Amino acid sequence: MGLISWGMYPIIKNKKISLRDTKTLHTYINSTDEFIPYGNGRSYGDSALNENILYCKTYNNFLDFDVQNGILTCQAGVLLSEILDSVIKRGWFLKVTPGTKLITLGGAIASDVHGKNHHTQGCFSECVEEFTIMLASGEIKSCKKGDELFHATCGGMGLTGVILTAKISLKKINSAFINQTTIKTKNLAETFEAFENYKDIQYSVAWIDCLAKNEEIGKCLLMVGDFADDGNLEYKSKKRLSIPFNFPSFALNSLSVKAFNWLYYAKAKDGVSKQRVSIDTFFYPLDAIENWNRIYGKNGFTQYQFILPKEQSFEGLKEILTKISDSGKGSFLAVLKLYSKENENYLSFPLEGYSLALDFKIEVGLFELLNALDEVVVKYGGRIYLTKDVRVSKETFEKGYPKIEQFRDFRSKNYMDKKLNSLQSKRVKI
Amino acid sequence: MSYILIIGAKSDIAKEVARVYAKNGYNLYLAARDSLSLEDLKHDIEIRSGVNVELKEFDITSYDTHEEFYRSLKKRPIGVIVISGYMVEQKTAQKEWIETLNTVNVNYTGALSILNIVANDFEKEQRGFIVGVSSVAGDRGRKANYIYGSAKAGFSAYLSGLRNRLYESGVTVLTVKPGFVETKMTENLDLPQKLTAQPQEVAEDIFNAQQKGRNVLYTKPIWMIIMLIIKHIPEFMFKKMSI
Repeated sequence: MGLISWGMYPIIKNKKISLRDTKTLHTYINSTDEFIPYGNGRSYGDSALNENILYCKTYNNFLDFDVQNGILTCQAGVLLSEILDSVIKRGWFLKVTPGTKLITLGGAIASDVHGKNHHTQGCFSECVEEFTIMLASGEIKSCKKGDELFHATCGGMGLTGVILTAKISLKKINSAFINQTTIKTKNLAETFEAFENYKDIQYSVAWIDCLAKNEEIGKCLLMVGDFADDGNLEYKSKKRLSIPFNFPSFALNSLSVKAFNWLYYAKAKDGVSKQRVSIDTFFYPLDAIENWNRIYGKNGFTQYQFILPKEQSFEGLKEILTKISDSGKGSFLAVLKLYSKENENYLSFPLEGYSLALDFKIEVGLFELLNALDEVVVKYGGRIYLTKDVRVSKETFEKGYPKIEQFRDFRSKNYMDKKLNSLQSKRVKI
Repeated sequence: MSYILIIGAKSDIAKEVARVYAKNGYNLYLAARDSLSLEDLKHDIEIRSGVNVELKEFDITSYDTHEEFYRSLKKRPIGVIVISGYMVEQKTAQKEWIETLNTVNVNYTGALSILNIVANDFEKEQRGFIVGVSSVAGDRGRKANYIYGSAKAGFSAYLSGLRNRLYESGVTVLTVKPGFVETKMTENLDLPQKLTAQPQEVAEDIFNAQQKGRNVLYTKPIWMIIMLIIKHIPEFMFKKMSI
């Protein structure tokens, strides 16, 4: 069996070569028709799948760390978790981190990932000072913000070349703990109000109960927080629990999802409560369970993540949440988040507005539902996140990404469209 | 902080073992042939963890250099981890004597040569730990891999005896038996994913087992059950099998 993505769907045969040095990479690029770089396999869909896969996690040396100024240079196969193991105890943290630390640095750039502080800090590319990349020609280029190669590559889904090394700037911290405030809301209007009230706080995210009906639609737990200032920099990664096999698919029927949502929601105190939590609990709750993707059963799952412009968010979300609630195809986890302005990158996902992310197990009728949701997203001027996607149509994708033609031109000008492709890039023709 | 000596530091498993010990605050001696090729790893570990890493030229089959090598270490290590390994295709080894000899020398004779010296020192000091990376292949000889397997079997037996001998002096000995591991060596093999460990996983397992003072470690743990079954197949059946 070959490499699979986080959603375990689709499963295709592939031939994997590990990236170990630039010389053999050069030979590989010259002698391979078409391939896609692959990091730690945390993209949900088919964005890092193809018949030929370049496995980059083996290219993972730290190259330089300026501890005074918090500037770190690494090879691109280093995991964010490895960076955290090294920098937290010295008083630094990632400026931007997604909800898992088990992704590579190269993957973070290629997906231009974002986190709970997008509304204050933007995407991962904001902390990238410069990076080096091997192009389809085999040439190694270095680039920084302002260069076209930079803006095509950040968010470019690995389709512009093989990111080799990156220099990132870190954020100073004085504690490995977070002071968290949890706000429990009763409906979507309250949820939006809470986001607005707390928008000056560094980190925020909401967990939405997708199966709530009628006037309860959009009820959530909003968690906001920022680093404490207690000088305690002790950080040990939690030992991870493991799910050793795929759950049978009936394990996740709508009843059990309901129970789960209810437990989480019910556990939180009414109104506003405060907690002091660790970095892992606050930023990476799901990393505590290794292979949590297996709970969706062997047919796999997908995550549907879209974003809507702020003015349209309330109407759009209400419409989509109603459709999901009516379908009964529940999501284990639905995450709502407020974003700030979009950046200059060609294919980065965020724009100013609200994004919702939901998991669905792959089953008959699912793609029809998602197509119907796509129509709502398009109607309100939104877009779909490529890193999570496994099925979006070319038309829906294009409507959401107005800079797609510039990206296509850049790829074909540099012969990248001939060398670098994923199943996804071929499906949506990028 | 104390030093750990890693023998055979060039392998993928050794690289991760080095990183794990460094992460936990240990300084390192990395010993291997052509040790200068480990400059990048030394640099990587020093940046990651802020510990000292010293590269040491060492040839496990140059037995007469081992005594002096060990004596030359500025600070005595508190733990020694032997990861050196040499594996060629069984068919090559059975045709070419030099390959068989090299397999035995690296996996068995050389490991004993350096560990005899270490064991005498640790026994005298009444402290320290020894980790030997053997293999599940040593648990039973199979036609697919018995030359390598027999050298590892010898090494496992040696470690078992050493553990017995050093028990009184408080020195712990851990025998590590990895199953399939995803490394340079296995890059082109189509290994079953659920039975195959990542080098990082093996390294974490080794560190945790050693810290707990365990005796034998199978990694992944499922290999303990697999080998238990393989060891108990009666010989009259086993000789007819291809596994």
